[in-house]
Amino acid sequence: MASIISVSGLTKSYASGFQALKGVDLEIEEGEIFALLGPNGAGKTTMISIICGNVRPTGGSVTVAGHDIISGYRGSRSAIGLVPQELHTDSFERVIDTVRFSRGLFGKPRNDAHIEKILRDLSLWDKRNNKILELSGGMKRRVMIAKALSHEPRILFLDEPTAGVDVELRRDMWKLIGELRQTGVTIILTTHYIEEAEEMADRVGVINKGELVLVEEKTALMKKLGKKTLTVSLVDTLYAVPPELAEWHVTLKNEGHEIEYLFDTQAERTGVSSLLRRLGDLGIGYKDLNTEQSSLEDIFVSLVHQEKAA
Amino acid sequence: MSGFNHRAIWSIYKFELHRFCRTLLTGLLVPVITTSLYFVVFGGAIGSRMTQIDGIPYAAFIVPGLIMMSMFTESIFNASFGIYMPKFTGTIYELLSAPVSAAETIAAYVGAAATKSLIVGTIIFLTAHLFVEIHVAHPLAMAAFMVLIAISFCLFGFILGIWAQSFEQLQVIPLLIIMPMTFLGGAFYSIHMLAQPWRTITLFNPIVYLISGFRWTFFGRGDVGIEFSLLFIAGMLALCLGIIGWMFRTGYRLKK
Repeated sequence: MASIISVSGLTKSYASGFQALKGVDLEIEEGEIFALLGPNGAGKTTMISIICGNVRPTGGSVTVAGHDIISGYRGSRSAIGLVPQELHTDSFERVIDTVRFSRGLFGKPRNDAHIEKILRDLSLWDKRNNKILELSGGMKRRVMIAKALSHEPRILFLDEPTAGVDVELRRDMWKLIGELRQTGVTIILTTHYIEEAEEMADRVGVINKGELVLVEEKTALMKKLGKKTLTVSLVDTLYAVPPELAEWHVTLKNEGHEIEYLFDTQAERTGVSSLLRRLGDLGIGYKDLNTEQSSLEDIFVSLVHQEKAA
Repeated sequence: MSGFNHRAIWSIYKFELHRFCRTLLTGLLVPVITTSLYFVVFGGAIGSRMTQIDGIPYAAFIVPGLIMMSMFTESIFNASFGIYMPKFTGTIYELLSAPVSAAETIAAYVGAAATKSLIVGTIIFLTAHLFVEIHVAHPLAMAAFMVLIAISFCLFGFILGIWAQSFEQLQVIPLLIIMPMTFLGGAFYSIHMLAQPWRTITLFNPIVYLISGFRWTFFGRGDVGIEFSLLFIAGMLALCLGIIGWMFRTGYRLKK
């Protein structure tokens, strides 16, 4: 697939000398959902802000839909809808006016049918004549999404979309993102809630201290870096881990009815068969085995920790 | 999309005028009341002792100065607020990420602010008619002068709004610099009434040239020649445009 966003050698140093980005290369494919993960201050927002035009890059280049973000800013910015992290709204404006305003700002002719559809999709239609200051925080977040979608962008940036958002809005948002993807919109979201990336994203990028540590298909990533947990259900209850099992670092679970063993699927020897053999040798009977993939969160934590150790 | 984003200009322009409309009553009543007060105090109390300046009845003489003074402050406040508020509330993110050029942004914000200050200037002009008979010598030049003043002071206000990092800074320039310069710039007297060296010192105040020029459009004469006045406006326009151009090129206080 063709890249809709192409970032190469992107750097950003602030006047304070802080290096927010240290040479990032990234290709975003058209129509994918890309999750950018990273701890606070890793450079997620800086990168998005540069692509959208809110922050100036120090070095490197970015093209969006074939347009350079500096020399072809009209083309690149027209393609993008941005929902920033913070709630920034014009308190005294009516909901529908502010959404129409955004569409006009992006140079699109008035289209009431489109605005109505967006407001209905976001459950804002009943509130369309309310002033924004009368809305709850969650509703304001919806208004910001409506503004970003008002000009029918090909790319949608969601910076920490579900930070401080209630369950209902989170569910609505996932539904909307799913629908947008159906229409071919490329979606880039940043989050530090790993379950979001896990649920929705096609690919995951991990950024830490201004460097893109890894970019991978989500499924491949989980397979590659994923640890698995082996749970062995025992016939008889164990009250303590026998010293003979010490080398596997197993733990007792479920009041001694199960033992749990964490292993690396990529390791040459996973230790699974040797553990089972040892259990047999010790005469510990088992009735069931279960292995479970670890979550992106575990992967993420281990990645960031590796970075720290290095 | 390429080329000129006229829809963005129109959207911002409408948004800004809508903002003014929310405070329409005070926005229109304040200039009417202020003008009336000036006429009561200056025209009535002082004018009864000082009947004429340069052969012009005092009450009529102060009309151009009054209009200019209100337009200076209105222009600066409106334009500086227009761009300062999005910076303050954070909504500027949308403008910065929109396909809008610097020229389009300026045209929209300055155009809207100038529109409001022209409305205020016109209201004062009409209110003044209630108190004093005014005959305008060069009506077209008067209108053109008001437009030029509105645009140049709105540009100046726009710069102020980008520069300011607090509401206090926003107020400091118009209240501590422009207001005194206007009072000392011959808004309510002719600089010929001053004793030396003050008359010469006053000539270093650029406001003198603006008020004098505007008075020329009313009465056919001013404190200085009309060509000097035009030169000063042209200089101010060029300077403001230059500063704004630099601000957008460098992203000064708009983009990190």
